[in-house]
Amino acid sequence: MTLVTRNATPKRGIYRPSADLVPKVLAGSRPDIARMISRAEAGYDEASDALAALYRHAGRAHVIGVTGVPGGGKSSLISALIRAYSGDSHKVAVVAVDPSSPYSGGAILGDRIRMGDSAEAQQAFVRSMATRGHLGGLARATLQAVDVLDAAGYSPIFIETVGVGQDEVEVVTAAHTVVVLSPPGLGDDIQAIKAGVMEIADIHVVSKGDKPDAAATASALRGMMSLTPLGRPSEWETPILTLSVATGDGILDLKQCLDSHHAHLVTSGELALRQRSISRTRVLATLNHLLRREFDENTTNLAAHLQAVADRSSDPMTAALALLGLNRMEAKP
Amino acid sequence: MTIERDRMPGSENLSNTPKIRVLVAKLGLDGHDRGAKVVARILRDAGMEVIYSGLYKTPAQILEAAIQEDVDVIGVSLLSGSHVPLFAALGSLLRDQQADHILLVAGGVIPEQDYDALMNSGVDVIVPQEARSDMIVSAIRDLVDARGRI
Repeated sequence: MTLVTRNATPKRGIYRPSADLVPKVLAGSRPDIARMISRAEAGYDEASDALAALYRHAGRAHVIGVTGVPGGGKSSLISALIRAYSGDSHKVAVVAVDPSSPYSGGAILGDRIRMGDSAEAQQAFVRSMATRGHLGGLARATLQAVDVLDAAGYSPIFIETVGVGQDEVEVVTAAHTVVVLSPPGLGDDIQAIKAGVMEIADIHVVSKGDKPDAAATASALRGMMSLTPLGRPSEWETPILTLSVATGDGILDLKQCLDSHHAHLVTSGELALRQRSISRTRVLATLNHLLRREFDENTTNLAAHLQAVADRSSDPMTAALALLGLNRMEAKP
Repeated sequence: MTIERDRMPGSENLSNTPKIRVLVAKLGLDGHDRGAKVVARILRDAGMEVIYSGLYKTPAQILEAAIQEDVDVIGVSLLSGSHVPLFAALGSLLRDQQADHILLVAGGVIPEQDYDALMNSGVDVIVPQEARSDMIVSAIRDLVDARGRI
C-alpha cells in the first residue's frame, strides 16, 4: 500500500525577500500580509528590517483583546463583532491564538471555524496563531502580526487569547481595550473577586446570555464592581454586558461600548499611556529574546556555567552576572 | 511519549525552523468529519500546525482561508462522491490566484478510476483509506521539502 503521488514536476515555492513584501502589505495585498506574518512567527533575521518598517507605518488601529476561559465563547463573539463592524465599512482583522503541544510542538488552531461563513467574514482577515511555547495567553509574534495588519489598514484588530485560567493577563499589555468573557455557570461570587484575569477588564461580558444562569453571573460581577477599586483610579466605569451570540442580543451594545471606550482613551489621554506601556513590554520582551538567543545552549560558556550551577559550585545569580560580564550585583539606591 | 523540554511552556522555541502549516478542509455537502479530525490530530502529533476549516465550505472559502493562514498544504477529506468537480474547482482557483505553491492532498473515499482526474486538477497526493498515519506525515514532509521555502 502506498500513497498515490503525481508524477509531474513537484511544486516550487517562489521565495521573495521580506523587503519586497513591505509595499504590497501597505497596499493591502492579502497573500503578502499572510506571508509577512509567517516570517514574523518564524523569527527570521531577514524579516526584521521589513517588520521595523511596517511598525513605523502602524499605530492607527484600535486593538481589542478578547480573553476568557476555554469554550467561553470568544471566537463566536468575535465572529458576531466582525459582522457588526463590517456593516460600518471597517476592515476588521483577527489574530486568534491557540496553544502549541508541549510534546510535539504541533497545534490544532480551531478558532477560525466559528468565524468564516458570512460574506462579511470573507472580507475580514483572520489569522490563527500557535503559542509555540510562549506563556501568558499570546504568542511571541502576536503583536508583530497586529503591526502588519495595522500597517495594511485594518481596524479594529481583535486579539483572541488562548483560553485562559486565572492568571494569563499578558493581553493587558498588548491591547487598547480588554474584553473579559465570563460564561454562566462556572463559579460563585468568590470567583468574581479573585485577583488576576477578572481585574483587567475594560468591559465585562457575560456570554451565552440566553442560558438561565446568566443573570446570576452578571449579578456576581456587579457585586465585585460595586466595591471601590483601590489603586486603579479611572474615569471609565467598567460596564457589565450580558449578550448572546445565538440570539444576537447585546452585540450592538457591545460594539457601542467598544467605540465609546476608544473615544474615552483618546479624550482622557489614556491611549498615550497605554501605548507607552505596550511599548515598554515589547522592548523588554525583545531584549529578553535577544539575550536568550545570545546565550544559546551551544555557547560553550553557557554550558560550563549551567554545569557549575547544577553542581552547586555556582548559583543562578552568579552565573547570570558572569554571563553579562559583571562580578556582582550593583546595589540600587 | 517524551516531553521535548525546549517546547515546554515558558521555553519558547528559539530555532528558526518554520512549522509546517496545514489547512484540513471539508468541501461541499459532506457532514462527516470524523476522519478529518483524526488526520488533524495525527498531523498535530507530528509537530504541524493544523487549522480545521469546519464543515460545508466552498472552494472559494477554502482558498481564502488558505491564503490568510499562509498554509503549506490543504488536505481535503471528501466522502460525498463529488470529489471530481470540487477538486477541479479548487485546483483552478489556486492557479488563478497564483496560490499553487500550496500543496493539495486528497483523502476520503476516492475510487481508483478518479485518480487521473484529480491529478489533472492539481492534486499532489491521494491518500487511500487504508493509508497508515506515518505515511501521511512523511508524504507531507517530503512534499514541503521538495517545494522549498516560500
